This record gives sequence, C-alpha cells and structure tokens, in this order.
Amino acid sequence: MENYTTIIGLEVHVQLATKSKLFCRCSTQFGAEPNTQTCPVCLGLPGSLPVMNRTAFDHALKTAVALHCEIPQFTKWDRKQYYYPDLPKAYQISQYDLPMSSAGYLEIIDEKHAFEPKRVRITRAHLEEDAGKSIHDEAAGKADSEIDLNRTGTPLLEIVSEPDLRSSAESKAYLQELKLLLTHIEVSDCNMQEGSLRVDANVNLHIDTVDGKIATPIVEIKNMNSFRAVERALDYEAPRQFRVWQETGQKIGDAPKQTRGWDDMAGVTRGQRSKEESSDYRYFPDPDLVPVLISKEQIAEARRSLGELPADLRSRFVEQFGLSAYDASVIVNQGHAVIDYFEQVTRESGDAKSACNWVTQDILRLLKERNQTIGEFEISADKLAAMIAAINNGNLPKPRAKEAFELMLNQGCPAEQAIRELGIEQVDESALVELCRDMLVKNPRVVADVQSGKVQAIGALIGQAKKLNPNIDPARFREICWELARQSSSSE
Amino acid sequence: MPLSPLIEISTSEQIEQLQQGTITAVELTQAYLDCIATREAKVGAFLRVENQRALDQAAEVDKRRLKGETLGKLAGLPVAVKDVLCDKSTLTTCASRMLENFRPPYDSTVVAKLKMADAVLIGRTNMDEFAMGGSTENSAFQITRNPWDLDRAPGGSSGGSAACVAAEMAPLSIGTDTGGSIRQPAGLCGIVGLKPTYGRVSRFGLVAFASSLDQVGPLTRTTQDAALLLETIVGHDPRDSTSLDQPIPAYSKTIFEPVKGLRIGLVREHFAEGLASEVEAAVREAFRVYESLGATVKEVSLPHSKYAVATYYVIAPCEASSNLARYDGVHYGHRTDEAAMVAELAAERKALETAQDEVGLDRLDSTLVRMYKRSRSEGFGPEVKRRIMLGTYALSAGYYDAYYLKALQVRRLIRQDFDAAFGEVDLIAGPVTAQTAFKLGEMVEDPLSMYLVDLYTVSANLAGIPGISLPCGFDKSGLPIGLQLLAPPLEEERLLRGAYMFEQATEWHQRRPKW
Amino acid sequence: MAITRSDVEKVSLLARLQLSDAELDRLTVELAQIVEYVAHLSEVPTEGIEPMAHAVEVHNVFVVDEVLPSLPREAALANAPRHNERAFLVPPVLG
Repeated sequence: MENYTTIIGLEVHVQLATKSKLFCRCSTQFGAEPNTQTCPVCLGLPGSLPVMNRTAFDHALKTAVALHCEIPQFTKWDRKQYYYPDLPKAYQISQYDLPMSSAGYLEIIDEKHAFEPKRVRITRAHLEEDAGKSIHDEAAGKADSEIDLNRTGTPLLEIVSEPDLRSSAESKAYLQELKLLLTHIEVSDCNMQEGSLRVDANVNLHIDTVDGKIATPIVEIKNMNSFRAVERALDYEAPRQFRVWQETGQKIGDAPKQTRGWDDMAGVTRGQRSKEESSDYRYFPDPDLVPVLISKEQIAEARRSLGELPADLRSRFVEQFGLSAYDASVIVNQGHAVIDYFEQVTRESGDAKSACNWVTQDILRLLKERNQTIGEFEISADKLAAMIAAINNGNLPKPRAKEAFELMLNQGCPAEQAIRELGIEQVDESALVELCRDMLVKNPRVVADVQSGKVQAIGALIGQAKKLNPNIDPARFREICWELARQSSSSE
Repeated sequence: MPLSPLIEISTSEQIEQLQQGTITAVELTQAYLDCIATREAKVGAFLRVENQRALDQAAEVDKRRLKGETLGKLAGLPVAVKDVLCDKSTLTTCASRMLENFRPPYDSTVVAKLKMADAVLIGRTNMDEFAMGGSTENSAFQITRNPWDLDRAPGGSSGGSAACVAAEMAPLSIGTDTGGSIRQPAGLCGIVGLKPTYGRVSRFGLVAFASSLDQVGPLTRTTQDAALLLETIVGHDPRDSTSLDQPIPAYSKTIFEPVKGLRIGLVREHFAEGLASEVEAAVREAFRVYESLGATVKEVSLPHSKYAVATYYVIAPCEASSNLARYDGVHYGHRTDEAAMVAELAAERKALETAQDEVGLDRLDSTLVRMYKRSRSEGFGPEVKRRIMLGTYALSAGYYDAYYLKALQVRRLIRQDFDAAFGEVDLIAGPVTAQTAFKLGEMVEDPLSMYLVDLYTVSANLAGIPGISLPCGFDKSGLPIGLQLLAPPLEEERLLRGAYMFEQATEWHQRRPKW
Repeated sequence: MAITRSDVEKVSLLARLQLSDAELDRLTVELAQIVEYVAHLSEVPTEGIEPMAHAVEVHNVFVVDEVLPSLPREAALANAPRHNERAFLVPPVLG
C-alpha cells in the first residue's frame, strides 16, 4: 500500500475582546435576546456608515506582532460580496489584497515528543466583521428560518496558517498554542462554546506512488466545535480521502475544492452543497472606510505591550528555575494570574522547585475542585512563600507541612500562625535521643527484634512517640532508635 | 387665489422679518404651502409635502421665539429635502418601489443639523431612483417637470429639489450630487446648486449610490442662500469615516468680499463638439463679465477630462452594485409575494422533471435565491438594474483590473489635472451642461447619451473638488443656462465669493418662470 | 471583450436579478454599448499610477471602544417584510 502524508492548513477565526462591535457601538455581549444588540450600522440600514473600533484594531495589531508577522505600512478594508440572510449588507467588510499582517509563525512543541518541535507558518492575519446567525428548522427544513443579527459586526481576526501541519496531533497542538497565546496577550477569550474561536481545516494528501508523489484535491472541513472535534475530524478525513483516491484516482485540479461538514454525533464528514456561482466575491476597497497607516512606533508599542509571551516564559522557567519542560508548560498554560503567583512564590521563597510542586500538585487541583481562581485562593503567594521558607529553614518539618497548608487554607492564616497553632517547634536533638532511649527501655521486645535483624520493629514505636511529642521527625527517630538498639547489643 | 408676496422676497429678508416679528414662521410656511397647492400639480417636485409637520414645526419656532429662546440659523425657513436622506419622522423612499414603505429609525446627520437649525422641513422631493439618472424620470413614482417649460425635464437626479426652488415652492432645498446631480438640475432650472468638497458634509444617513462620489449640498435661488444653507450642513462627523475634520469658514458672512486678483480658468477641452452655440455664447459672455470685474481669464488644460465620463461610469456602477446589494427583501424593503414565488418554483421544477432536464433541475434556484431575485427585480427600475448589472460585471472575476482598477488610476490622473490647473488659476469656469433642458422622454431610450449629459460635471466628483452652478443666461426658448465654477478642495469660500461677484454683476438669478 | 447574452445571464445571477428574455436582450445591447465606450480607458497609459479609491486623503479614523444603546428590538424589526416577536423571517434556508 502507498504511503501518504496528510497536509493540513488551518483557518482560525477569533473574536477580539472588545466591548462594542467593529464598526458600531452595539454591545458584543454573548447570550443576549435575539436582535436586541443592533443599530442602523450593523443592521446594514440604508445610509448607515462604518467607523472602526480602535481597540479591535489594536488587538489585531498586537496579535499580528505576537505571531511574528510582517506588518505593512499601509492596509485597507475591502468588501467581500455574497448573499446570505445573516449578512445584511450583502457584503462582509474584510481584507483582501493588503491585509494588516502576513508571513508570521507559531512554534509548537509536544513535551511527550509525539512530534518534533515545529514552526508553523502563518500566511496572514486580518481584521474583519462577523455575520449574524440563521436559526434553521433542522428537523423538517420546512418552517421559516429566523435571523438574529446580534453577532453581526463583531470583530474577528482571521488567522490563516500555511499547510504546514501533518497530523491531527500537530493541528491540536497548534490550536492549543494559538489559544494560549491569544488568551495570554488578552485579545480574545477564545471560548469555543460561545463561538469566540472557530476553526476550519483545509486538508489533502500527498501520496507516494510508483509514479512519484501526487496530491489529492483539497477539502475544506467546517463545523468543528471543539479541539477534540478537530482531532477526530482530521483522523476521519485523511483515510477517507485515501479511500476516495484509491477509488477514483482524482488528483488536485481534477476536482474543485470541496466543502465538507463534520458531524460530531456520527463521527463523519459529509459533503456540503457548494454555494451558487461558486465564489466570485467581487472584492473591492470599501469606499466608506479609510486606509490605515501603521508606523514603526506603533508596531514597537504593540510589541512592548505584549510582555513576555508563553514560549518565552516556558524557556525562562526551564533555564532560570530549572523546571521541567512539562512543569513549565503546566504553569504557563494557566495564564497570567497563576504565572504571577508562581513567580512571586519563587521570588519570595527562593525555591522555584518547591513553588512549582505546590502550585502544580496541590493548588491547581484545589482550584479545580473548588472552582476558584488563584485570586480567590485563600493562601496568597506571600503566605505560600513564607511556608516554603519555613520548611526550608527547618521551622516547619516537611512531614507536617500538609497540616500547616490545610490550616492556612481553612483559616486563611499566615504560615507562622499555622505553625504556632499546630504547636510545631523544632525538637532538640538531645531531647529526641532522650525520648528514644526512654521508649526503648520501655519496649525491650523491640530492642531484641532490632538486634535479631528486624529493623522494621521500630515502626511500632513511632506512633507512641508522636503522641508524646508530635513534632518529632519520624525518620530521625527511626535512625536514633536503630543506633541505640545496636549500641546496647554491642555493649552486652 | 393670488400667492403671498412673502415667497418673492429674499431669504435674508425673510429671516430679518421673522426675527423682527413682522411675519411668523407659520405665515411664511403657509405662503409656501399655498404656492405648492397652486403649482405642485403642474410640477410634481415633491414625493410628499409634509403640510402638518411643517406647520407644527413653524408654530413651535414661533412659540419659542416669543419666549425669547435662542433659535437656530434657519429658524422658521422652509427647506425641502431630497427623499434620499434619512429622517426618522417620515419615510425615505429614494423614489424606489424597493423602499416605498421604508421608515428609517434614525436621522441622517444633515437632517439632524437642519432640525437643530430650526428649519421647517416642508417636504421630500422627487429624484431619479436611488439618485441614478439626470432627468428625474427614473423615479418610480412620478414625473417632475421643469418649471420653465413643463414639457421638459428638470434634470436630475435632484430634479425635485431644483424644480421646487425654481417654482418658489420652497426657498431652500437639499440635494445630492454623485456625478452632477445638484449642479445639473440647478443649471437646467435656472437656480444655484453647490456640491461641496467630498467629505465636507457628512454622508451619514444619506442612502448611498456611489459612496466615494456622493456629496450633499444646497439648491437655492441665490449664492447667498447657498452659503447660508451650506454653513448649516457642513462639519466633521465622527460617524462618517470620510468626513473631513477641517475649520469651517463663515460662508454667509465672507461671501460679500470679492476675490482680489481673481484668476479664472477657461478649460480648452470644454469648448468642443456638442456644446450648443447658445450655451457657449452665454459661458463666453460670463468670462467677459469676470474680466469686467477685474479678473484675469487664463486658458488651462484638463487633458484627461475626455475620459471622465468613462471613468465615472465604471466607478459609480461598481460602488452602486455593492451598495444596492443589501436590498434583498430580507431585513427591510420590498419582498416578493412568497406564495407566488413558491408556486413559480414548483411549476418550473415540474416542467423540468417532465422534460427530464437534469441540468436544468440542478441549476434551478433555491427558494432563497429566487426570493432575492424576484424581490430585487420587482423593487428596482430599469436604470437601477442597468447600473447594478454594469457594476457587477465590471467587478466580476477577470474584469476587475481592466475596468475598476484602470478607472481608479485614470481618476487619479483627472485629479492631478485639476491640481496642476489650480496651480495657475483660482477658479475654473465653464458650462454645466452642453445643452439646455431636454424634453421629457427624449433620453429615456438611450442610456449612453443620457450618461454623456454628465460630461462637465462628473470630473468634480471624481476629483472630490467643490463646484457650483449658477444662472448665466437663457436660450431663445427661454430656458436657463448654467455656469459652473470649480475650486480646489475645501475652497467653498472662494467658490461662493467668486460666484457672488458674478451674480452681483448680472440679473439672471432674478428671473422667474411664468405661470 | 464583447459582452454576450450568456455573460449578461451570469452577471444577473451574481446580481440576484430575475430578467425576462426581453430584458436580457436589451441589456446585452446596452451593456455592450456602454462597455465599448468605457473601454476607451485602455488608451490611457497608467503604469505606476496609484489607484484613487477615495476622493480625500484621510487615514486612520477610529472610534473609542464603548457601548452605546442599541435600537429597541421592535425598531430593529419594524421595517422587515416578515418578522416575529424576536427575529427576521425568511423562507427555510435549508431544503
């Protein structure tokens, strides 16, 4: 059987985090009653005119810079013309030949080495308006369709990748990294359920045949409503295209580009009826909007506003703090608040490793269980740092750290108070030796067991000893007892 | 019933009398309403006369004046508005079946400014459908006649706005000019019409024909009135991205100052084949008038002017085809009878099935596509369809570069011609149209000849510069001849001052049609 | 590049206009005439000339991102040929 490579390019639409729409001042709030967030502009009423939202443009520019795109000095908006009931002007204001950015990239990695680290090229990212929503009677297709224009005019950034992805895993990693980047620089919430992030995939195969490499026709896949769906759709689509090729032998150019929709329930892609008169969008510059000139200063300012990007943070955490790549990812994936928390704990405690362990093992689990944000978490960064410092300078014995942590969590108290309330104090070495001697005298059986080689017999004493002094370090107690028992044997 | 002498006196005198309280806004409004009652049946300038609203507004002005309140610049003066500017208190039809019942939920900036100025909005004027045309015959609703000869067209597309002022049914009116639609009807009706610099007057709420060319402007009896009305409607508007944020001179105050050392440009290319001899004579006489006022006349060249009409008839239809795509019967405007549409589709499907025509069945419209097509075909008249077709064709795959892109490049050359010419002269003068008013129906069957009427006016729209049309004579049949003056961008003040000089030296603007 | 009747038919679908045979015939002639006239533009040398899409040289016009009241829903739907209490209605888009 011939080998094939799956060639995937992704088109992502993200909703930019603005209060108002791209060309009018209607709210972009999700979930409002149908047709309650419209005005003459987004209804496309005769005579209405668009004026561009400054924040939407700034967010788009920031993203383009974060994606390492080339930013031109001059950019403009064009009308993409087609008829659909959710597009009230019968054109979408978008960007055609002079988009505000092009030729960028996004790096993807997999800590588990499912694929090699890769730089995925970004073809372009441009700012455009969203359409409204048609609500169809899915069952019968007989009742009227309802049109809701609340979403019409919402600012979108369309981010188009080159066909650089080779698997569903790479595609998913690309989407996750993109989402992380966009949420990190706070230009979008990337909420797929609310449609703030939408993905279309262009897929075809490169097949090695006896006659050399051939490419199959490109298929665009739509209706993928989660990253999982993207993964599944791509895993379904590649073998499907291979089967089709085996049956028809169709190469790219033999058939027009096809659009298929992902059916998540059935787990298949299905052909969609192609639009009438294919796609003669008759783009031309929108005379109602003026071009935008972008200065070097503006680009520099956008770059400054980005701060440290996720990829930079990850490598710094590995290099500066010695975290594993995996742990660095876990923390960076949590977003600014957790990153800041971790950094503060590290700075104040001087112990990145412990800070990382507490954050990734205990705190993230608790946040999830209690449905909290780090800002709402009872143990603030300075308190955790103080606790770690107490452990490291011996004021808080490691075995009792969990107790202290719980108390701090439940009472919101600082570490010193928790340590005090738990009655934790350091046990003097001579006192501990005294205690061991005492216990062994009272339990000659244990001494005998140790002498006959059953060292584990000491374990039975630990519980009793802890009752007498809860602050003892069991490991040290065990060591001393063993030493004393041996000594008494040799002295006889 | 004899008409009130109030309609004969100048606007400035009307304002003075209103301010002094010798007349009321209601009296003045009633005088015009009486004139409308007498003449409108003959002229057909108005799509809707807003009798009650006008009288209510006038009464409100009178009441506020009595209370000593500060009133707007146009307090109590009737203004007629072309039915293409949104006004939330009435319909805005664009003289189209498509928008026959359209009631905008908002005011255009121009209408809002007129309301702020306490103008009395007396009625909505007839026009070519969606402002496409030069005769007002493309109105879906009625014909407007030229008050100087009722068998002739008033010009267009602002024919109603021009005719109502010429017939003294309103002292002031508002029109729009995309390729000459203010200046040409003003010229053919013997009044003053001014197209401002593109971006001077907000287009917000102006139903778009060709967005990069459309401008709103005044049609009035005199240049002084034009200055007053222009002053009321200009200004930067944050809701229009193409609106200019530039200082606004006090046009109505500075208009009286003659332009010192005025240099008037005579365009070599203007005096070519097709220019009626009487029009040429009147325009040449106008140059002599200027010389007698101390101006120097200088010949200039606009070498690309012969391409202006072709450029215009690519750009304007391209933009129009896009601007008018929204009229699809979904969110507003005319929608076809759905039952009839479903029946039509079913019948077609049946016929195709009987004939076993697989290709035909495959190509049969979906319900939605058929709804769009029928709604649009029923809602638009022939000229609008023609331009939509032309624009759609020119923007479609494979033709964009040859037509649209090429036209945009020639447009820049046209603008550069003006920039060069205005390096040598202060104003350019010439004819508004090659002929005086044509007979109704004369051009209907010949779209290309109708387009060529715009020969002298379209360049100003393409270049974005201001222009004014004012009376400069009459032909043997007693039809008015217009003189067009053009100025560099933002030089409306110079344009008005130059026009006023001519007006003061002549008496053409004082002539009135006979009834 | 003479315009043919089949061009006109194709354009009429793009433009969503339903034209009768008579209209198609007439428009084929008229559009051909107009296109022939505007084709004179090809005589003009325009190499290196920047296209002029706007009549004014204005750039970078923005507005602050703030929410202003939207239209009441009844007003938004008031001009619709057909609507219910919450939405615009069109014949079934699917099917």
